[in-house]
Amino acid sequence: MSNIGSYDDRIKNFDWSIAEKELDYQAGNVINIGWYCSDRICELGNGNKPALIWEGSQGQEKRYTYNELRLTSNGVGQFLRDLGIKPEDRVCLFMDKIPELYIGFLGVLKIGAIVQPLFSAFGDESLIVRLDNAQTTAVITQRKHAPKVRKILDKMPFLKHIIIVDADPLKPLGEREIAFDMDNAPKPENFEIHPTKAESPSVLHYTSGTTGQPKGVKHVHYSLISQYLTAKWVLDLQDSDIYWCTADPGWVTGTSYGIIGAFSNGVTQCVLDAGFSADNWYKFIEKHKVSMWYSAPTAIRSLMKAGDEVIKKYDLSTLRHLASVGEPLNSEAVIWSEKVFGKPFLDTYWQTETGSIMITNFPGMKIKPGSMGKPFPGITATVIDADKFEPFDGPGKVGLIAIKPGWPSMMRTYWRNEETYQKKFKNGWYLPGDRSSIDKEGYFWFVGRDDDVINTGGHLVSPFEVESALLEHPAVAESAVVSKPDFVNMEVVKAFVTLKPGFEPSKDLDLEIMNFVRKKLSPLAMPQEIEFIETLPKTRSGKIMRRILHAKEWGEEIGDTSTLEND
Amino acid sequence: MEDMKEIVRTYVVNEYVEDDTEVTFDTPLISGGIVDSFSMVSLKRFLENKYKISIPDDKATPEAFDSVNKICMLVKEFTKE
Repeated sequence: MSNIGSYDDRIKNFDWSIAEKELDYQAGNVINIGWYCSDRICELGNGNKPALIWEGSQGQEKRYTYNELRLTSNGVGQFLRDLGIKPEDRVCLFMDKIPELYIGFLGVLKIGAIVQPLFSAFGDESLIVRLDNAQTTAVITQRKHAPKVRKILDKMPFLKHIIIVDADPLKPLGEREIAFDMDNAPKPENFEIHPTKAESPSVLHYTSGTTGQPKGVKHVHYSLISQYLTAKWVLDLQDSDIYWCTADPGWVTGTSYGIIGAFSNGVTQCVLDAGFSADNWYKFIEKHKVSMWYSAPTAIRSLMKAGDEVIKKYDLSTLRHLASVGEPLNSEAVIWSEKVFGKPFLDTYWQTETGSIMITNFPGMKIKPGSMGKPFPGITATVIDADKFEPFDGPGKVGLIAIKPGWPSMMRTYWRNEETYQKKFKNGWYLPGDRSSIDKEGYFWFVGRDDDVINTGGHLVSPFEVESALLEHPAVAESAVVSKPDFVNMEVVKAFVTLKPGFEPSKDLDLEIMNFVRKKLSPLAMPQEIEFIETLPKTRSGKIMRRILHAKEWGEEIGDTSTLEND
Repeated sequence: MEDMKEIVRTYVVNEYVEDDTEVTFDTPLISGGIVDSFSMVSLKRFLENKYKISIPDDKATPEAFDSVNKICMLVKEFTKE
């Protein structure tokens, strides 16, 4: 029996107080995610239960029980407090998927500071934009990523501490650096957890838009209510589960469901900190007897590409429930997973700003391959007309996805950017920026983004950021960035570039520019293809018409070109 | 072959390694997290430019790019033709 039971019954009788009661929370009480994810599970008598089983790329393994999670996160909190980190200071976690990332997350929250997780593959330009916006006080990182922080240190007078979790004792530390050995640090049994309340800030995740700099999405401790219940009802986390969320906590899935949803439900979760390989993933599932697997369409399509033969080498019979997030899950992938694993991947739809799953396929529900499913109980979602911002009066019409604000994990603002935050609401609806339709049975069907943001492998990339980085290359005169279709990643970044006088297109220049963007921003933002052209299509007022380039890549009609300057 | 291995190893170290991580001819690059799947595209492009070959996408798998030794075996397949 699944945790949600009957979807229809849940819809009729839903109230968020269901989660509050299960978590023994009452309005006005202290609510601290760090405590709920560790101390509370111990108080329920599960201190000896494995909380985190971590495996590194060389097969090395570390295990932490819930009691060890509690004590070790106390140790992180104590270390940060002793350093002078205060409530609401921003502490950036800039690490691979190592235990320090998961446990550090809880430690930062326990002292009331705000966690700012950043993807460890970010280059120095991506890093400084986000640290500067957040005015981050401390960065917790690894030796391997510290050079990127050192490179921009002069531009960050606000950054007081760079905490290295694996410092080489034989080498001197740099300016503002301090070593912290989490496993061997003191672990206070009694640790005073900061009395955060429902609206106390908890997590600051950065996300990209079409224009402007990345936005810091501010979440609060009350988000736990949504994250706990959606993890329980959609991911169907049960006491005996071995759960594997493949997402990196540099992104929201990795924190909402790779940390908060998992630990607040008291399940055992596994983490594999290694690059992708079909063999290694299946081996990992077999070895740890994974029963609930939350992954992404890009990974699923990569597994499809690796073929069915490799699956036969492993015993994957422990898998009982599969779900997917990040970008639309195509029907072929759903059908394939049912064929090879005996159960379909259930698509879940949400985003950084929503903090938790909004529209989804539920265990036990009739699955329509390719559909996003139905709204989570307590979520009022619909599709509205893009001009009037009113819901359509019948099914089948394509419009903007719109959600009634008010669920617990809704972002509270964009950090230092209230104006952009307000623009996300129209006529009383929150607009995630995606288009879809709804069929007669109430199932949502994803159509696409409503802007130029590129969704590559489930990660949003701003064309503006890539264009800006390209312009910093000495050979580039102008640039325009669009998405192009890709079987595995759904979309990848493609750049159109005009060169300055004295530079000629060549394969070597192409590679040089690719690597330039990769190091400055991130591998995700690196154009997978660069096309050198004489001139970019522009309006008569000089604005680059990305729309024309996008249409060309996707084989679509170019549409109205009456404003094109060369017409 | 030894020359090629050293060229590829040096390129990987210079382009994808930020710290003093040692990379040998057998170090796992993709499964070891040194080169991610997106960056693999630039590594493939380097090999194609350097050795004037074209590696089909279906041959450029994470497994085939997982060490300097494996990469050089793959490149050899195409330079022979």
